[in-house]
Amino acid sequence: MLSFNLLATICGLYVAILFAVAFWADKRAERGRAGWIHSPLVYTLSLSIYCTAWTFYGAVGYAARSGLEFVTIYLGPTLVMIGWWALLRRLVRIGRTQRITSIADMVSSRYGKSTLLGVLVTLLAVVGTTPYIALQLQSVTLSFAVFGPEGLQSDGATDPARTALLVAVGLAIFTIIFGTRNLDVNERHHGVVTAIAVEAVVKLVALLAVGIFVVFIVAGGPSDMLAQIDASAIAEWQLRPERWMTLIFLSAAAFLCLPRMFQVMVVENADERHLATASWAFPLYLFLMSLFVMPIAVVGLDVLPAGSNPDLFVLTLPLAFERNTLATLAFLGGFSSATSMVIVAAIALSTMVSNHIVMPIWLNARQGGATVSGDVRNVVILSRRLSILGVLALGYAYYRLSGGGAALAAIGLVSFTGMAQVLPSLIGGVLWRGATRIGAAAGLIVGFSVWGWTSFLPSFGESGILSLATFTEGPFGIAMLRPQALFGITGLDPLVHSVFWSIFLNTAAFCLFSLMSFPTPLERLQGATFANIFRYSESARGWSGGAAEAEDLLMMSQRIIGATEAQRLFESAALKQGKVGYLPDVTADFLELLERELAGSVGAATAHAMLAQITGGVSVSVEDLMKVADEAQQILEYSNQLEAKSAELGRTALQLREANEKLMALSVQKDAFLSQISHELRTPMTSIRSFSEILMAGRQLRPEDQARYSQIIHDEAIRLSRLLDDLLDLSVLENGQVTLNLRSDTLATVLDRAVSATEAPGAAPALSIERDRVAEKVMLHTDSDRLAQVFINLIANAQKYCNAPNPVLKISVREIGGRAVVDFIDNGTGIPKYAHAVIFEKFSRVGDQKAAGGAGLGLAICREIMGRLGGTIAYLPGQSGAAFRVTLPESVAEAA
Amino acid sequence: MKRPPLEPLFLARQSYRRRRLGDAARLLPIVGAALFLLPILWSSSARTGSGAIYLFAVWAGLIIAVSLISRRLVDSEPEDTPPDHLPPPGPDEG
Repeated sequence: MLSFNLLATICGLYVAILFAVAFWADKRAERGRAGWIHSPLVYTLSLSIYCTAWTFYGAVGYAARSGLEFVTIYLGPTLVMIGWWALLRRLVRIGRTQRITSIADMVSSRYGKSTLLGVLVTLLAVVGTTPYIALQLQSVTLSFAVFGPEGLQSDGATDPARTALLVAVGLAIFTIIFGTRNLDVNERHHGVVTAIAVEAVVKLVALLAVGIFVVFIVAGGPSDMLAQIDASAIAEWQLRPERWMTLIFLSAAAFLCLPRMFQVMVVENADERHLATASWAFPLYLFLMSLFVMPIAVVGLDVLPAGSNPDLFVLTLPLAFERNTLATLAFLGGFSSATSMVIVAAIALSTMVSNHIVMPIWLNARQGGATVSGDVRNVVILSRRLSILGVLALGYAYYRLSGGGAALAAIGLVSFTGMAQVLPSLIGGVLWRGATRIGAAAGLIVGFSVWGWTSFLPSFGESGILSLATFTEGPFGIAMLRPQALFGITGLDPLVHSVFWSIFLNTAAFCLFSLMSFPTPLERLQGATFANIFRYSESARGWSGGAAEAEDLLMMSQRIIGATEAQRLFESAALKQGKVGYLPDVTADFLELLERELAGSVGAATAHAMLAQITGGVSVSVEDLMKVADEAQQILEYSNQLEAKSAELGRTALQLREANEKLMALSVQKDAFLSQISHELRTPMTSIRSFSEILMAGRQLRPEDQARYSQIIHDEAIRLSRLLDDLLDLSVLENGQVTLNLRSDTLATVLDRAVSATEAPGAAPALSIERDRVAEKVMLHTDSDRLAQVFINLIANAQKYCNAPNPVLKISVREIGGRAVVDFIDNGTGIPKYAHAVIFEKFSRVGDQKAAGGAGLGLAICREIMGRLGGTIAYLPGQSGAAFRVTLPESVAEAA
Repeated sequence: MKRPPLEPLFLARQSYRRRRLGDAARLLPIVGAALFLLPILWSSSARTGSGAIYLFAVWAGLIIAVSLISRRLVDSEPEDTPPDHLPPPGPDEG
């Protein structure tokens, strides 16, 4: 007999391996080398979280009690998978194009990004999944207990409640570490998926090993096995047609609607083609999982003493034959089934809770919330972590409260029935354009209530929450409403009764209210997009645009999807519009794109609400609706080419107009400069001339006056030559005659040099500079004198122009797309938007002319230098003050 | 104003084949459901052993059928474009 301690050690080792696998896969994906992590095989294996501990252990128990009926739990999903072309492909395509994050998000997004529906589905999911998590905890503790008594007796180590608590805590840690590492824009968790794929292999191998052992070693071959089945207590196939049909339907519905299945099937899907492989590979997995269930059940009934728990045959059979290795493998298989289900369910639920309950409340609580400061990402991640803890705590509490007894065993199907209530709204929404938000809400509420009354509450037993009298006579003596005989129809199997009435009334309410209500414009738009996803996945638009400032949008997005990601998105959108910089025009297309990206992080409803706060809420115009109408769509198709051409012309015109504006502004500035430069040249010349005349006159001058006058002449000459130096420097750079003096240096040294060069000797510095020494350890091979010149210029600019009472300049270094960038951000008022386009031009100066004291050549020189060095310098909008980003040349930046 | 129709009325042989393959893929779950529900008809005299053999045989058949169809569907699918804008009418009916 295996000792309990040894088993616990093996279990710990196994968990450590899972952590390592998840960590490794995350790291690999982070470096962009996902490789086989994105293969169809891993996708198929991740779907196997359908097979929980309830199916791993429970299927055998089910078979021992009711014969072949257990197989229906696998037949439903098989039918869904082999029909992937008709339905799953559609769901996955919608999920990918609309950046769906969960099943609640899918329903909410389809019905006009409705918050109400998101909340409803989330509640349903939490209520339906909690008992299921409790069931997994129970199965792990039961399987531990099998090894317990004979191993170390009653030392407290095998206390079921303690085991369950340990498992729940361990799972919470794993899920928090790998499920909320980052707020990914596409909401994929490579580490988790890979670990689950490994667990899928373990459970399949474990069950197959036990099955092969039973058939070929215990029973003596397939034909003997068949004979033994025919001679067993369950030889008669007690097929009950209504249960057979109901269970196949129910398992198919649950396969589509369970939050964890939706998570791995739609949200974590990396490539639509993986479905094609999964369409046969996943049914094959289920086939293999159920192939040996019957033999194990029959042999278990035959060999093991009467009264032993059939739910644990997979474990107790090998132990009865003293096969410890096999028993350990079976134990790990069951452990894998339980843990992988709980992990994914917790991730899916936490996403739903944080996106559909916490975020709307948080947004409401902070009026004007989207534009105020603070990082939304931290709020989202924190709320997800808390939700994961909450979900697992609920599961554990349910396990303790229900006493972990037989009441739990029946909960699997109750849970399935609960989640199946989403089916009408989901399928109806995807296939039928006429489905409305009110219809979906009515269907969900009716289905949820009927399920609660006929299935969930009765599941606590005949004297649990409902009294015995309620079962026999109905509530308040109303016989029509007896929970297991609605409308006075008696004699139905309770499960069939509950599934039939809840789904039937749900669908009826959904259809009826959809037919009678009128959808909002956004609902109609989303309905058309979802129902015709293969025809116009890109065409429907939700925004009319124009009212928002691109800079406000950038500030908001930076706080949701992170600064780097947001800047990249805005830059590429601007580039697509034919503009340079970080601020694209706020068009309907751009808003649509932005909303979709944000939805990937916080869900469609929240993203929509946040954008609406900034744009003022007008989202759909009459023209947009016209485009949805089929006829308008046909005209649109016809004139597609014309439109493309005119868009191209529009872009060219925009570029020309911008160039023209720039030229005009420059021409004005050049005139101003010419008069100024002559003035600047004349002023020193005048004083030099007059003071030298005084000196030449040779009158009686005191020595100190003489010294002072020569000092003035000297200073003015220096100023003059500096101006000329700058002009010369610029023209040399522009003509490409400069020779670079390349050498190796660290970024930190170059910055040190620049900072000390700008400090006035003796005086306390007016500008405090914040630096990050660690990030500055970047090795450079470049002309560091020239680079220092750029830095000096930027720091000097901050000294001159930053108008905050306590000026602070933050210099941050990071890596974007393999290139090191240095950001100089001060806390002043920044540079007004109209000046962004010209600050890098020669002779351009912004604001107070006197304060400058230069000729407006500094930034122009910086740009030329960076160009020569192979890097760039740009103004970075949307920061706290004026901000410049220096991108270092690619080849020269490497880690020290 | 006379507009060209959104989709051509007739398709070339290749795309015609692909569409029928898609039809087969849609039919398969219906066939499967019918076969899985068939045991209801002989429920009164069913035995577990023979019932299991029947169910697993149907199951295996479906897996083989779907693997053949799926592979051909993916192979014949052009990169992510809807199968609407295709060459001029062929001799087959669409």
